[in-house]
Amino acid sequence: MTDTVAGAPATFGARGYPAALEWIARRAEAFVIPIAALIVGMVLFSLFILAVGKSPIQLYETMWRGGFGSWFSVQNSLSRAAPLLLAALCVALPARLGLVVIGGEGAIVLGGVAAAAAGMALNGAPSFIVILVMGVAGMAAGGIWIGAVGALRHYRAVNETISSLLMAYIAIALMNQLVEGPLRDPASLNKPSTQPLAEIYRIGNMPGMEVHWGLAVGVVACMLSWVLIEKTRWGFAARIAGGNVRAAQVQGLAVGSLIVGFTGLAGAFAGLAGMLEVAAVQGSANASLAAGYGYTGILVAFLARHNPLAIIPVAFLLGGIDASGGLIQRRMDLPDATVLVLQGMLFIVILFSETLYGRFKAFNPDLWQRSS
Amino acid sequence: MDATGIGLWGVPLAILGGAIRVSTPFIFVSLGEAITERSGRINLGLEGTLVFGAMSAYAVAVMTGSPWLGLIAAAFAGLCFGLFHGWICKFPKVNDIAIGIALMLFGSGLAFFFGKPFIQPSAPDLPAIPLGAWSDIPQVQAALDVNMLFLIGAALAVFLWWAFRNTRAGLILRVVGDSSDAARAMGLNPNTVRLAATGVGGALAGIGGAYLSLYYPGSWTEGISSGQGLMAVALVIFARWNPLGCFAAALLFGGAGALGPALQSVGVTQGYYLFYAAPYILTLVIMIATSSPSRSLAGAPGELSITK
Amino acid sequence: MTARFTLSRRQLLKTSAAGAALGLASASFPIGRAFAAAATVGFIYVGPKDDYGYNQAHAEGAAALKGIEGISIVEEENVPETVDVQKTMESMINLDGASLIFPTSFGYFDPHMLAMCAKFPDVQFRHCGGMWNKDKHPMNAGSYFGYIGMGQYLNGVVAGHTSKTKKLGFVAAKPIPQVLLNINSFLLGARSVDPTITCQAIFTGEWSLAVKEAEATNALVDQGADVITCHVDSPKVVVETAAGRGAFVCGYHANQSPLAPEKYLTGAEWNWAKVYKMFVDDLIAGKPLPNFTRGGLADGFVKMSPLGPAVSEPARKQFDATLAEMMKGGFSVIKGPLTSNKGVVVATEGQAFAETAIELESMDYLVEGVVGSTA
Repeated sequence: MTDTVAGAPATFGARGYPAALEWIARRAEAFVIPIAALIVGMVLFSLFILAVGKSPIQLYETMWRGGFGSWFSVQNSLSRAAPLLLAALCVALPARLGLVVIGGEGAIVLGGVAAAAAGMALNGAPSFIVILVMGVAGMAAGGIWIGAVGALRHYRAVNETISSLLMAYIAIALMNQLVEGPLRDPASLNKPSTQPLAEIYRIGNMPGMEVHWGLAVGVVACMLSWVLIEKTRWGFAARIAGGNVRAAQVQGLAVGSLIVGFTGLAGAFAGLAGMLEVAAVQGSANASLAAGYGYTGILVAFLARHNPLAIIPVAFLLGGIDASGGLIQRRMDLPDATVLVLQGMLFIVILFSETLYGRFKAFNPDLWQRSS
Repeated sequence: MDATGIGLWGVPLAILGGAIRVSTPFIFVSLGEAITERSGRINLGLEGTLVFGAMSAYAVAVMTGSPWLGLIAAAFAGLCFGLFHGWICKFPKVNDIAIGIALMLFGSGLAFFFGKPFIQPSAPDLPAIPLGAWSDIPQVQAALDVNMLFLIGAALAVFLWWAFRNTRAGLILRVVGDSSDAARAMGLNPNTVRLAATGVGGALAGIGGAYLSLYYPGSWTEGISSGQGLMAVALVIFARWNPLGCFAAALLFGGAGALGPALQSVGVTQGYYLFYAAPYILTLVIMIATSSPSRSLAGAPGELSITK
Repeated sequence: MTARFTLSRRQLLKTSAAGAALGLASASFPIGRAFAAAATVGFIYVGPKDDYGYNQAHAEGAAALKGIEGISIVEEENVPETVDVQKTMESMINLDGASLIFPTSFGYFDPHMLAMCAKFPDVQFRHCGGMWNKDKHPMNAGSYFGYIGMGQYLNGVVAGHTSKTKKLGFVAAKPIPQVLLNINSFLLGARSVDPTITCQAIFTGEWSLAVKEAEATNALVDQGADVITCHVDSPKVVVETAAGRGAFVCGYHANQSPLAPEKYLTGAEWNWAKVYKMFVDDLIAGKPLPNFTRGGLADGFVKMSPLGPAVSEPARKQFDATLAEMMKGGFSVIKGPLTSNKGVVVATEGQAFAETAIELESMDYLVEGVVGSTA
């Protein structure tokens, strides 16, 4: 292991070790610790499964087959992960400012309703215009909803955690009232819904896959968010403001605009998730929009430590566990709650593992002794 | 007035009755969370604790025939969940909010997993005290059929309000919550205090769950809570960590929640979804009206991550 | 494959499309275990399958199939009406080799089940809800549903005899045609006993919301209702709360009498076991499955819970007489003259709607005597 690693300079570090080795060691921590935590969590869950008299080996085999083991299963997991990407961004972006927003569900349902209403209003227009306007409408509805949470926080000092949760419940009530009242398609008899979108206004699957375009949108949104946070001055300013509002104000940062901007963008992403749910899955807005993606998104964001790029694998993992849950029910005669227990255990261990960062000498070349 | 119905009087009576019936789980969870948050930690996992408490109380009541043993089981289970949260969060860099969310999943998951065989059987209910016995009107009697736990919750709120200010334990809790450094300087171990505070908070949330399954609505189903634990945690911030405020907020929430069905029962039937959202709208409006940037979050524990 | 495999090879080949799909699936996914049976039937539930209500009624029907030789059952509960249910169906087909799938929740049909029908033309899908239309929908899809209105009418007959206050209560989820028909039938049954009886309806807005259902029940009892019934997914909370307040209850979906043995009068229950057995018998015999199957009390799709101890002798007599008349066929619950509670005539003198009448499927009114509003 010397200078064969591509991308790393073939020189020697200050302590006489190959720089490539140091480069690897510093980055390995971020992969080794979560994977080790995942394994420990799985072992703990094996004990639980043994205790209820089932075979953990069969369980993991079933999970692998149901969530990851074939192209079908992978697509199943990806489909379930797609809405979680945008929902998680609704938590991760405000978190950069130190805000804990837990009401993304509200932005999702309102985004879906707004998109469906836009689609109904523009029925007959060219499809790309309708889809575009639906996207904008969904993002606007979600953005205004969560942006209001940010504005209330900044201008009235209303705690964003509670206001976003309250507003999520209000949004769902609003959605139900609209879908069963003014926006109801009279033909939707036993499941009140808005008028179904014409086939040409639906968003289909990506080429060669059974997963709709929402997955690509979500991945791109995660990447853009990462760039925003890590590479732009707004992201930098947000991090300062997140650390200390007063310090940020002293430096002349417009904290109010930052908070409203970040929460608004976060809500817009959640609203887009709602629009995609309408345009790519449901075909109309109805009570199925409140499927809990907003709440699962909180978990995804915290597991990803609010890093937009890390949201992608975490959402996939969660989607995979979800996908395999069905097969576990069917093959092993275990209740559906089995996957909840597994998720709970895995995530507790993964979150606990954060305490291990920086504790291992192997990952920290600064602590290595000189080699010669 | 109608001989059997009570007409429009049903609305205020339902709000009163609803405030008493529906509020109790909110009271216990929010008082428990107030203790936890006063120590400087936030435990969002009380929703899971509430659901697990509901299940374990029901299961034990079914198996032993005694709702009181069920109540004790729920409190014990809640204590265990709380202690676990308190223990795991003492490690550096472990995020208390995130662990809470994971515990929410874990608690609900365990409750659903082990609760399957208890959906069918019926458990004995916790008894109620007929405080309305003075009235001849059955509706008034029913509204004032008060469960012991409601009264205990009310007494606990007053006690905690007093104890936070006037006892040594209350002082220790507040010091630890406001500044770990100051606490250490006084020779206190913040982690131990927080462990105890989170444990007690969990036990109270478990009792709230027992109320759900053993009194009102008084049955174990997977949909028993519908997010009441999470809402109760949020109410603590609304109540500014004041136990009396928690009690009042829970009453407000329970009473407003009874508004929707009561209005329909007297013939106000339009827009019931919006009436059902009344508790949330009301809470939000009060929050906006009473908050101001100049005196932000008076009473907020300094160590609390959610208000920093 | 195994000793349990009793159908002859020729019979299996004869099982047409369904059998072919199974053969393909098991060939491409040689997993073993799950394919010990000749045909795999999948059931999907929107809630927990032991909810004392809607899902339990279906799960009991599915359980009646276990033990039939050559048939294996796969079930999944708590599946939301999102992309999840599409993937669950796909997974049942791809990984379990299911050749017949019953997605039991109403919201599974459009777009979810229809998407899977198009994707898997060799697999049969039968949906609970009566939405299938041969002009619009593929032939491998289909509907089955029961007319339970007469069951609620019989509930009403017993309730009408039992009520002293002449006020009944109905806890309903959403004002959709099926629910409205149940409310109307319940009241009309009661009015066949005493035309002055009224029924108060309260909508909770959700299919399953324990605390709100309990509050609605309390509000009804506060307004003087002394017999309560409901149409929510899980009637457990309503039954227990009403009985706790001293009111009598009529059940729905499944038999809830163990929850309140003294106060339970009777109940309108689904009898899905009969329907599922019928489909599976056709499947085993290699006959094409019907695309549209509906039936009521007389067809055995719906049954009544045994009458409880509180049912009086006159009530029992009228119940039996009405039931006998229904079993003969030709009974109409909705018949003129009838006006809605807003004064609109919904059936003129001499006009009668059979339970299968298409007009009833778009019911948007509550009949006179029901206190409540549809919006």
